[in-house]
This record gives sequence, C-alpha cells and structure tokens, in this order.
Amino acid sequence: MITAECLTKQYGAFTAVDNVSFAAATGRITGFLGPNGAGKSTTLRIVVGLTRATSGTVRVTGRDYRDLVNPGLEVGVLLDASAQHAGRTGREILTIAQQTMGLPRSRVVETLTLVGLTEREAGRRVRDYSLGMRQRLGLATALIGEPEVLILDEPANGLDPAGIRWMRDLLRGFADAGGTVLLSSHLLHEIEVIADDLVVIGQGRIVAAGSKTELLSSAGTLVRAAQLETLDTALRAADLVTTPIDGGLRVDATPELVGRTALSAGVPLRELRAADGAGLEEMFLELTAETAREGAAA
Amino acid sequence: MTTASMTTAALTPKIPISGATASHARPRTIAPIPLGRLVKVELRKMFDTRAGFWLMASVLIVAVLASAAVIVWAPDAEITMATFSTAMGMPLSVVLPIIAILAITSEHSQRTGLTTYALVPWRGRVITAKIIAVVLVGVASMFFSLAVGAVSTLVASAITGLDPVWDVTISEFSHITLANILGMMMGLTLGVLLRGSAAAIVGYFVYALVLPGALGTLAFYQEWFLDLQPWVDVNYAINRLFEMSMTTQAWQQLAVTSLVWLWIPLAIGLRAFMRAEVK
Repeated sequence: MITAECLTKQYGAFTAVDNVSFAAATGRITGFLGPNGAGKSTTLRIVVGLTRATSGTVRVTGRDYRDLVNPGLEVGVLLDASAQHAGRTGREILTIAQQTMGLPRSRVVETLTLVGLTEREAGRRVRDYSLGMRQRLGLATALIGEPEVLILDEPANGLDPAGIRWMRDLLRGFADAGGTVLLSSHLLHEIEVIADDLVVIGQGRIVAAGSKTELLSSAGTLVRAAQLETLDTALRAADLVTTPIDGGLRVDATPELVGRTALSAGVPLRELRAADGAGLEEMFLELTAETAREGAAA
Repeated sequence: MTTASMTTAALTPKIPISGATASHARPRTIAPIPLGRLVKVELRKMFDTRAGFWLMASVLIVAVLASAAVIVWAPDAEITMATFSTAMGMPLSVVLPIIAILAITSEHSQRTGLTTYALVPWRGRVITAKIIAVVLVGVASMFFSLAVGAVSTLVASAITGLDPVWDVTISEFSHITLANILGMMMGLTLGVLLRGSAAAIVGYFVYALVLPGALGTLAFYQEWFLDLQPWVDVNYAINRLFEMSMTTQAWQQLAVTSLVWLWIPLAIGLRAFMRAEVK
C-alpha cells in the first residue's frame, strides 16, 4: 500500500509535481502513466526519499520511507536501470545489494534465476548489457529482499514483447500473492497490458485515476460504417457525442445504444465494439494534449 | 537526518513486522542495518571495479617503485628508512585523496546513488561508513608503505654492505599518517562540496599544488603576510607534520587552519549533501 497526499515539488518558479494525491492498493498493479516530463520520476523519487517534497506526505506500508529500518526488505525500488557503475558485473551489483540488506549469499543466484539472467550474463560488466538486461538486473535488485512493495520507473523500457509479457506475469504473480506494485510508463500500450489501476499525470497534475476497467468503459464504443456521415448525423440527432477516429467514430455510449440508433437510421455497420485500447489511447492523448510537451526531455 | 535519530536507528532492537502490515511476506523480523555492514559494503565498492582496483593497486605500486628508485639512485650513505619514507610520501599524498574523492563522487558520476540511497535512505550513515572506509584504507596504506620501507632498508643494507638505519620514530610515523588522513579528509570535503569526480580532483590539485605556490609567493613579496602565513595556510601547517617539525604553536596553527579550510567546509558540504536531490 502506497498513499501520496498533496505532493508538491517546486524548482524555483517551476512546479514539477503539483498537488499530487494517489493510492496504490495492495494486491494490485498500479500504472503511473504520463508523457515524458510529466513529473512521474520526480514523484517516485519523492516516494523513496531521494527528493524532498516542497509539501505533502507519502506513506509506504503505512510509514514514511525513511522510517523503514532496512528498506530493501520491504520495498523494492528500480528508478533507472542504467544508473549502475558500468565497470561492475551484474553479479557484483546484486551482491552489493545482498550484503547491504544482510541476506544470505544464495539469494544472489536465486534472484538471477528469477529474472532470467544466466551465470554467464551475470559475469559480464554492465557496460556490455543491453537495456533489456539492465532492466532485468534492476528488477533483481528490487526483488532480492523479497519486499511486499515494488516501485518501478519505466521498467518495461527496452524489453522486447516477450520480455514485457514475462514481466507482466512476474508482477501479476507478485500482486496476486498480496504485494503492491507501482510502475510508471509513458507508453499506454505497455501499461495497458500490465496494470489493474491507472493514475494518469500530465504536467505535474493528476488528470485521471481509476481502475483500468472503469477508464475503459468510459471510453465508449467504436463504430465503423460505409455511410459514416449519415450515421454521424443520426447519432448526433440522438444527443450522443461522437469523435472521428481511424475511419470510424468513437461514441460516448454503449454498443447496444449505438447499434439501435444505426438500425433505426437504416445504416449497415461494418464494425461495432467497445472502444477499449483505441479509446483509452484517445483518452490518454486527450487528457494530456493540453499539458503534453512534444519532444521535451524527461 | 540528525545524528540523534541515526543513533536511534542503530540502537533500535529488532522490530517484528506483524502479518497485519506485511500480508505478502511471511512474518519475519527486520533488523536495522548495522554500521559495520555499511563500512564493509563501502570498502567492497572501492575495490570492485577495474578503475577502483588499479587505484588501490597504484598505492602498492607507487610504494614499491619509489623504494626501488631510492635503492638505485640515492647515494649509499643516504639510504635510510627516512629516505624511503619521504620517497613514498609524496606520491601517496596525491593518490590517497583521489581515492577519498572517488568514494564520494562515483555515486553521482555513475548514478549508483539512486540504488545506494534508496537502500539506505539515511545519508548520514552512508557518509559515515564512507569516511570510516576511507580512513581504514589510508591507515592500511601507511602500514603497508612502512613495511615496504622496512624491507627496502634491509635490502639496501644487504646491497651496500652498510648497517641499516632505522630513523623513523613512532611519533614521526603517526604524524605522517595524520597528514595523509587530513589530505583524504580534504578529498572527502571536495567530494561532498563539488560532487563531480573531475571537478573535485581539479579542486584538490588547485588546493595541493597551486595554492601553496601562490601563498608562498605572497609571503615572499609581502612581509606582512610572512608572519601571518602559518595561521592562514593549511598546506603549510600540514607540511610541518611531514617535516616532523611540530611545536605547540604548530599544532595550534594546524587546528586553526584546518578548522577554516577543512572542518567548516566539510560541515557545510555534508549539510548540503544530506538535503541534495539524488538523480
């Protein structure tokens, strides 16, 4: 369980994190979604005490992170997989974590196996690792203490589709066993595959939060037809809000209502379905459009 | 993080984590991280990269090369324990502070601080562990060079056929050790103040090589500064430790100059370091 209340971080006149409140529930994977530079990483650094908030509080398993006596055993943290000494081997980096937490030596090999790094890969220096391997090593550092909470910043970055699927299964198992997962991403598709709950952030502010199902159902219906204009007119006449999308329409209504409207207007449909992925993507773009900064650095 | 709460954390008995707060993990006891373990980890981090390993090895290499140079080039009559000690002292006084600087700054330049300070969020304890580790390395290096010096004296005496001359006293040895530890503390200070490896190393060379020359020149041309220099110039004060010319007044001068040049900047640097954002 992670709860953030009214977190604000100001750098001079610039407000990087603006009155952010959210909760990541036990047994669920919470996705922290936002474009680059939205304040995701700053928020996560505040959660683990690396950055001081200008105001607001955050609690991890009910306590301030700095009150944990051996944080690695309770909270697994991966903030940047590339933030490692390039001259150390993967095994050495994991051994440092193991010794800091005071774990038995055997945990190093166990955890390497868990994240799918072979003995040979573990013996290589991190400068020769691909981003995907660094993510696995970073995840190993987070998991080695068998924590009950995971805080991961862009963990799927650099993973191939099979890697993302592997990570989803790993995190799913972790959450199902009663763990809490908070992970960030700037890619909707990534987070859609993994998360149960979503917190969407844009320019430092929370713009939407809720379970994925909730946010999906509010995304409406996707409909396609040859006579799109006739259908659009009929739907608008029925007081429904429509948005053009990919040669079709997204309608803020249930598929049943859209179908009935099309039937009474006599328009044959090509496709009619809940606008899950596409709708959420549109929502994401819409929610962040006014706050998105094209090409801005993270 | 204050010293008081650090101590509390270190003394707190094992805190049982009940099933209520840890639904995921099986009930287990989580003990605070003892300082000794952090010192061990920091020592390990000083050796476990190629750069770190060779930096440490350079201490040994420098000691052996300097001794060999004395045996080969110094006039036979002047080959004494003190000559070896002086020959090794100068290069060591450069290498040891760099070791101290990198112990602090590599967390920033390599960004490992993201992991280090997330695993141990009380930065005061990490810095304390780093300072202890650095001092241990400094003292160990001094004893190692003492051993090299002793062996070299015996070897030289065997070569020249003259009696070995043991002209380094315990007090002299401890003065030199203290001087080197102060040099390492200066490295730590520059590390926490500047936080970048390159900037801190350049800063150290300015302090150790440029500043003495500048102040020496000032004292040479400006008579009013000549009397003032011992009270202002920390290098001057530390050099007297190396030269074994300590008097009561010299100790007072060392205290005053090191307070201004070393301890106060270190305190300011540490304070900023505790509050700084780790990125």
